[in-house]
Amino acid sequence: MAETTISTVKPEGNLVQRGLKEGLFAGAISLGLFVLFVGLKTDQNMQNELILVPRWGLLAIFVIVAAVGRFLSIVFLQPWLAARKAAKAEEVKAVTEEEGFFRKHFNKIAIAALVLYPPIVLSLVGVQGSLKFVDNFGIQILIYVMLAWGLNIVVGLAGLLDLGYVAFYAVGAYSYALLSMHFGLSFWVLLPVAGILAALWGVILGFPVLRLRGDYLAIVTLAFGEIIRLVLINWTEVTKGTFGISGIQKATLFGIKFDASPEGFARMFGLPMSSAYYKIFLFYLILALCLLTAYVTIRLRRMPIGRAWEALREDEIACRSLGINTVTTKLTAFATGAMFGGFAGSFFAARQGFVSPESFVFLESAVILAIVVLGGMGSLVGIAVAAVVMVGGTELLREMQFLKMIFGPDFTPELYRMLIFGLAMVIVMIFKPRGFVGSREPTAFLKERRAISGSFTKEGHG
Amino acid sequence: MAGQSLLKVQGVETYYGNIRALAGVDVEVNKGEIVSLIGANGAGKSTLMMTIFGSPQARSGKVVFEGQDITKMPTHEIARLRIAQSPEGRRIFPRMTVLENLQMGASLDNLKYFSEDVEKMFTLFPRLKERQAQRGGTLSGGEQQMLSIGRALMARPKLLLLDEPSLGLAPLIVKGIFEAIRKLNQDEGLTVFLVEQNAFAALRLSDRAYVMVNGKVTMSGTGKELLANPEVRAAYLEGGRH
Repeated sequence: MAETTISTVKPEGNLVQRGLKEGLFAGAISLGLFVLFVGLKTDQNMQNELILVPRWGLLAIFVIVAAVGRFLSIVFLQPWLAARKAAKAEEVKAVTEEEGFFRKHFNKIAIAALVLYPPIVLSLVGVQGSLKFVDNFGIQILIYVMLAWGLNIVVGLAGLLDLGYVAFYAVGAYSYALLSMHFGLSFWVLLPVAGILAALWGVILGFPVLRLRGDYLAIVTLAFGEIIRLVLINWTEVTKGTFGISGIQKATLFGIKFDASPEGFARMFGLPMSSAYYKIFLFYLILALCLLTAYVTIRLRRMPIGRAWEALREDEIACRSLGINTVTTKLTAFATGAMFGGFAGSFFAARQGFVSPESFVFLESAVILAIVVLGGMGSLVGIAVAAVVMVGGTELLREMQFLKMIFGPDFTPELYRMLIFGLAMVIVMIFKPRGFVGSREPTAFLKERRAISGSFTKEGHG
Repeated sequence: MAGQSLLKVQGVETYYGNIRALAGVDVEVNKGEIVSLIGANGAGKSTLMMTIFGSPQARSGKVVFEGQDITKMPTHEIARLRIAQSPEGRRIFPRMTVLENLQMGASLDNLKYFSEDVEKMFTLFPRLKERQAQRGGTLSGGEQQMLSIGRALMARPKLLLLDEPSLGLAPLIVKGIFEAIRKLNQDEGLTVFLVEQNAFAALRLSDRAYVMVNGKVTMSGTGKELLANPEVRAAYLEGGRH
């Protein structure tokens, strides 16, 4: 303890000196380490001879990163961590009581920001420029938010580890694609239908796995996900196999289509034709679906069934001895989770206009589960943050074309997605083993407390 | 009220695979009584308790509650007949708060009497009131036991089954918990069936008691009789467990 206090009190110059020394040292070590690995590359020339290609620039980057990183760590990071530790030890109480305005109203601010996001993007980068931001960063992330919130009901609340969640997403997507193709039904009719069909499949999966828990359950659900995908690939008469189904009808806004026809959205409002309007419409649609998922989850948690889910996660035997029918409780959890997966699936089909089994591989299930675990099981806010980080991170990697200048033209940053995912997960699990938001919000309070919290929310509205 | 039979276990045999854990057990609990079942480790006490609750189910024999045969009923339906249990190892919900744990106990009536009953629990176990917003897993062992009993009581049971409430607790806390059980029995006429290794405390508390050895009931009588019985004293009381 004494050491840390001395190091924080020490004059700045001393620290910088030490930082420089250690930085240079780290640079030297990394030079020694990487000079052969990175600095030189073997290649074949036209005569099929091995030649050495020097990559001094890349080597320099490695060395500089190591040296600067060490310097920053010594001069800034370590004193900051020490100071934070000291501050934490001093007054834990004051920090918890003084919740900032931003923290207190985080949900409202976040929703408002999301609602305002498309118009702001439109005004900043114009109609065509907004496509990327609304579609790649907006809709893509929100789909995963919704999927993760749906899976959260099964994994986070009911504690049933489901590795095949993407199957329900597939059921929803194919339900919409096939039913709209064969019967010409509209998106708004098929959205609930897709949800119900997915829920039905949730029950079908639920029945055989009722007695299973933990790892056994995980394996069976994994298999279920694969079965659905293989059926989609091999049942070619219906699903067209790996070719997928294309030309899926788009969603409409109160019957207004988003196409170039005279009664299409753009003509009707005298706007230039652009697919950006459809994307913006889809953005609000998925936002609404997400909010519905969140609302239902929050409501259910306060209802007997939601309480039973959470109790089931904690202790199944105790649940039964309290008169809870664990069979129906598990089935409702599977069905509810699957239903939201189905909604997301039909939305996905309407957005892409094309579905194929490619989109429903195990990796998708894994990513969704990773989002739930990283965010903190059961926490809606944590999961949303995790989805932004993981999915948004992937999209950001696609944008990082400047990395090609460093690593050469063959470098495709998004290929490193899984590497970075893995690293991020390890780091999060070390520092926050229960996810970003690990604490669970209790649902029961006695009357006095409820009155207090009620008055707080009123203040917020005023 | 007292004297009327509430629970009757008749010739029950329970197996774990091929191993017979209960070899024809007869036990009766009358309304308004505290009945305890004492015996050494592995005698089958907890198995009997779980057999009454339908998991595992008895292979032969009958369990009758209020004249109804419940031998083959699923556990959750047995619970709905208002038999409540504080199971072995307490089995509270560790990540849920004390209040939420109590809510789970009251889920049979869908929280109809919740606020009323919660007050009762808090007068019975004032420690729970202090801890109400705390997560169950952060409670001490004694508090968890109180919570487990409180959760069972929230269902307004006709019969309360307690499996080793004194396990791993300090003597003073055990005394407090047993005091609470006695109070519930005297004030509200609650019927209690208690499984205990702490024979001395259990026998002093009970109206009647059974002694179990190797899956069979070998002795029965009033608490006082058994306390005075030289065999019982030699086997369970003078061994040092007080």
